[in-house]
Amino acid sequence: MRIVDSLRFRIAALFQRSQVRAEMEEELRSHIQHRADDLESSGLTRAEAERRARIEFGASEKYHEAIQSAIGASFVTTWLQDARFSLRQLRKSPGFTTAAIVTLALAICANAVVFGVMDGLVLRPLNVPKSENLYGTLYGNNSAWQSYPNFLDLRERSHSFEELAAFNFAFVGFDTGKDPAAATGFAASGNYFDVLRVQPYLGRFFHASDEHGINSAPYVVLTYAYWHSRFHDDQGAVGRIIEVNKHPFTIIGVAPPGFQGTLMFVSPDFFMPMVNQTQLSGWDPNARGDTGGVFEEFGHLKPGVTFAQAMDDVDAVDAYLAKTYPREVVAKHTVLATEGLTSFGPPVRAFVTGLMALACLILLAACANLGSLFAARAADRSREVALRLALGSSRKRILRQLFTEAILVSTAGGALGVSGSFVLLRRLSTWQPLPAVPIHMPVNPDAKLFVFALVLALASGFLFALVPVRQVLRANPYEIVKAGSGARFSKRLTTRDVLVVIQIAICAVLVTSSMVAVRGLILSLHSNFGFEPRNTMTAGVNLAMAGYPTDKVPAMQRRMIDTIANIPGVEHVGMVNDYPPLVYASATRANVFKEDVSDRKPANATIMPYTYSVSPDYFAAAGTSLLAGRGFSWHDDRNAPAVAIVNRDFAIRVFGSVMAALDRNMTLQDGTHVQIAGVVEDGKYLSLTETQEPALFLPSLRTPTASAYLIVRSHRDPQQLAATMRLKLRELDAGLPIDLQTWNTLLGTVLLPSWIATMALGVMGFLGAMLSITGIFGMAAYSVSKRLRELGIRMALGATRTEVLSAALGRSLKLLAFGSVAGLIAGLLGTRILASIVYQATPRDPLVLAGAVIAMALLGLLATWIPAQRALSVNPLMLLREE
Amino acid sequence: MTDQAQLLPGTLDLLILRAVSLGPLHGYGILLRIGQISGNALLIEQGALYPGLFRLVRQGLLKASWGTSENNRRAKFYELTTAGRKRLLQETESWNRLAGAIATALAPQPEEV
Repeated sequence: MRIVDSLRFRIAALFQRSQVRAEMEEELRSHIQHRADDLESSGLTRAEAERRARIEFGASEKYHEAIQSAIGASFVTTWLQDARFSLRQLRKSPGFTTAAIVTLALAICANAVVFGVMDGLVLRPLNVPKSENLYGTLYGNNSAWQSYPNFLDLRERSHSFEELAAFNFAFVGFDTGKDPAAATGFAASGNYFDVLRVQPYLGRFFHASDEHGINSAPYVVLTYAYWHSRFHDDQGAVGRIIEVNKHPFTIIGVAPPGFQGTLMFVSPDFFMPMVNQTQLSGWDPNARGDTGGVFEEFGHLKPGVTFAQAMDDVDAVDAYLAKTYPREVVAKHTVLATEGLTSFGPPVRAFVTGLMALACLILLAACANLGSLFAARAADRSREVALRLALGSSRKRILRQLFTEAILVSTAGGALGVSGSFVLLRRLSTWQPLPAVPIHMPVNPDAKLFVFALVLALASGFLFALVPVRQVLRANPYEIVKAGSGARFSKRLTTRDVLVVIQIAICAVLVTSSMVAVRGLILSLHSNFGFEPRNTMTAGVNLAMAGYPTDKVPAMQRRMIDTIANIPGVEHVGMVNDYPPLVYASATRANVFKEDVSDRKPANATIMPYTYSVSPDYFAAAGTSLLAGRGFSWHDDRNAPAVAIVNRDFAIRVFGSVMAALDRNMTLQDGTHVQIAGVVEDGKYLSLTETQEPALFLPSLRTPTASAYLIVRSHRDPQQLAATMRLKLRELDAGLPIDLQTWNTLLGTVLLPSWIATMALGVMGFLGAMLSITGIFGMAAYSVSKRLRELGIRMALGATRTEVLSAALGRSLKLLAFGSVAGLIAGLLGTRILASIVYQATPRDPLVLAGAVIAMALLGLLATWIPAQRALSVNPLMLLREE
Repeated sequence: MTDQAQLLPGTLDLLILRAVSLGPLHGYGILLRIGQISGNALLIEQGALYPGLFRLVRQGLLKASWGTSENNRRAKFYELTTAGRKRLLQETESWNRLAGAIATALAPQPEEV
């Protein structure tokens, strides 16, 4: 209450200052009149009495100020005075001011950007009502998705969800009549929008009641963004009939702006009913073993149901399915998580949190940097401070002025940093790293970010203004004025020294970790993938998009392979069904049994290799070397005995050696006996960080799929080759949608997380390096300037250059070495965390160690260069004459 | 005039509160009242009274209102609030304790006699 009253009084006083002043004057006048009345009654004339009364009272101005400060109106006035004074001071030393503001701006910018990403990906749930309660299944153990019948069973048998919906990806050709183009959609269960509780922006959504069996609901709902870009906000788009993979679909509605489906980093172009997926890809919704039908299932937990209960419930359904359909259901343990990040959640969260920690370190380093700058500045100004103290200024007032200065700097730095971060985040939100996949970073700089950055800036302002406080409080004006500034330079460890060491240690951590990351990325780019992505062009062709029925697919694919093989300069052409290894994290596993296993339930599986269906010349085209046996031929079709090719790891795990595996038989889940015809080298299949995994290759002629990638090995210029390939394929069928990229570009997906991590860490490392340069430079330059006179005397007495240098910079270099070692050790310990994201990020790499040491040494050299030059160029005569 | 005592720091507020406790007064009146109740033994600069008055008003111990004085002049009158009355009691008691303690300490000790 008291505080509120006092505040109200202050504010009222502020706004009614002239009124208060007038009242005050009237009161003082009234006082003088009363006194004059008394004097008059004692016999003086009125005029004389008034004169006497005024003299007795003294200068009323003196009391005005005392009254002002008593009622507190002066708070703002003095603050404005302080601010004006600080601005003047800051303008007087533009170098210091710029350095301080830029340092802080960089640190605040880094923090704000990371916070923006964290807010978008980790803190903010999916942009739908009650999303905090929305749980989904993560797509299972590194391989299979889910089959439609399994989804229906889960929906019926689980009791934890209000209602379950599901979705899958649909990469299709989308033809509005004028310009056929590839588009990404979500094939969703009919209740998708109802479960999410989203309302349409235009038209209507599809519902469970629209589904009447396979291909019964040819409807499309556009996302707002796609409606905007492809249909130019045309209200008439609703009701139009368009072609998806050459099948007519009706646009029935547009989703609201801001609704981008149920994955945070993929923004689809449209939604369509899952029951119509069959039309597009020949997918069989009734096949329990077809795990390609459903990507994720999700729903709101019922009120009162805990996460653990829901997990148990889902596990029970899993167990039921595994028991009831032992042949079809691939071993699977369903994991639930809040919907939005799928299985990327944990690594993304870990990485973003780690990045946030690094950004905080940057800010801390910047604060240490600014703190030592302010301390040095306060020391330089100790004479001025002493004079002000001697002239009667209070220490409180001087400190207040220091804080005002710090807050001005931090506000300016914060404002600069936050505007920089807004620009960067805007960029990031429209960033399209992969042309073929609509990856979308859900980052939108908002008020929350602004407040975060501002609070951070002000807090750091306070932090670094605290550093010189003790200095001012202890200052003894008489001593300082007598001795002159900078006369004392103690051997003791000062706060400033500690700050410099902390700062350098932090910077060394940043430099080390960014080096580990960069080195890891370089190593992973040159590691053995089990194929050779250089000089290889890929062509993704989904014949379903061009309307080919399944039985026409093998012949067409053979024609495409032959056509491209005839292009001059093409050495080998192979084909792999769906996606090549490592692309779009799409590897699928199969259960494979030893020949003598009779009960082929998942639990009895001998091995679960990644499985690919490939054409005869695939291994030659991919550059995968055959270790033993033979590759596939064009005769290995459904009429020939079934054969398979395995990788080395498979052969060794099951048969002990490469040679022992040849000509042995294995059984697939569907009962097919396959004979191992050859063994190829090991490779990477799902991710670069995986440990060695077994792989099984089957002839694509036995299980043709419409979606496949052609692998073309050629030493021709990729641009030219791509143009020729496009031309030749168009000659075959003008309506083919073709995705032409070099294999290295296609691998961008698998390397993208590493790339982003490395880029982010690289930027952090760079910031760290910059901060350490400014920190060491500030420290060294300051110590040289303080000791110029001493150095001059030493030189005059015959000190050598080395002695002068060691006197001038020895301390800085010692601090640098100390901080660097501490930082290196911390950095190496910290990089264990990195190893989970950046492939081959090992801290025990001698190159990284050497690199970090050399980097810190170089930074030190660079930062002390100018001060060293200054120390060496001291002219003793000039210097001694000056003082 | 020379035998007037300097005010101890902080005692002016107490004197003001005491003066006003006997009834609403304007600034000059407070000055006269302090002189009267202290037997003109205390020296108070006339203007120094006002910062103290404003401070006490801000602290909510006094309240002020404009009125007409006995000389028929416009003047600002001060009177005690409840909080002011309570504060006066506390301060008086603690002052008495302090004064008593100092008087005891300064009194001739038996061994001095």
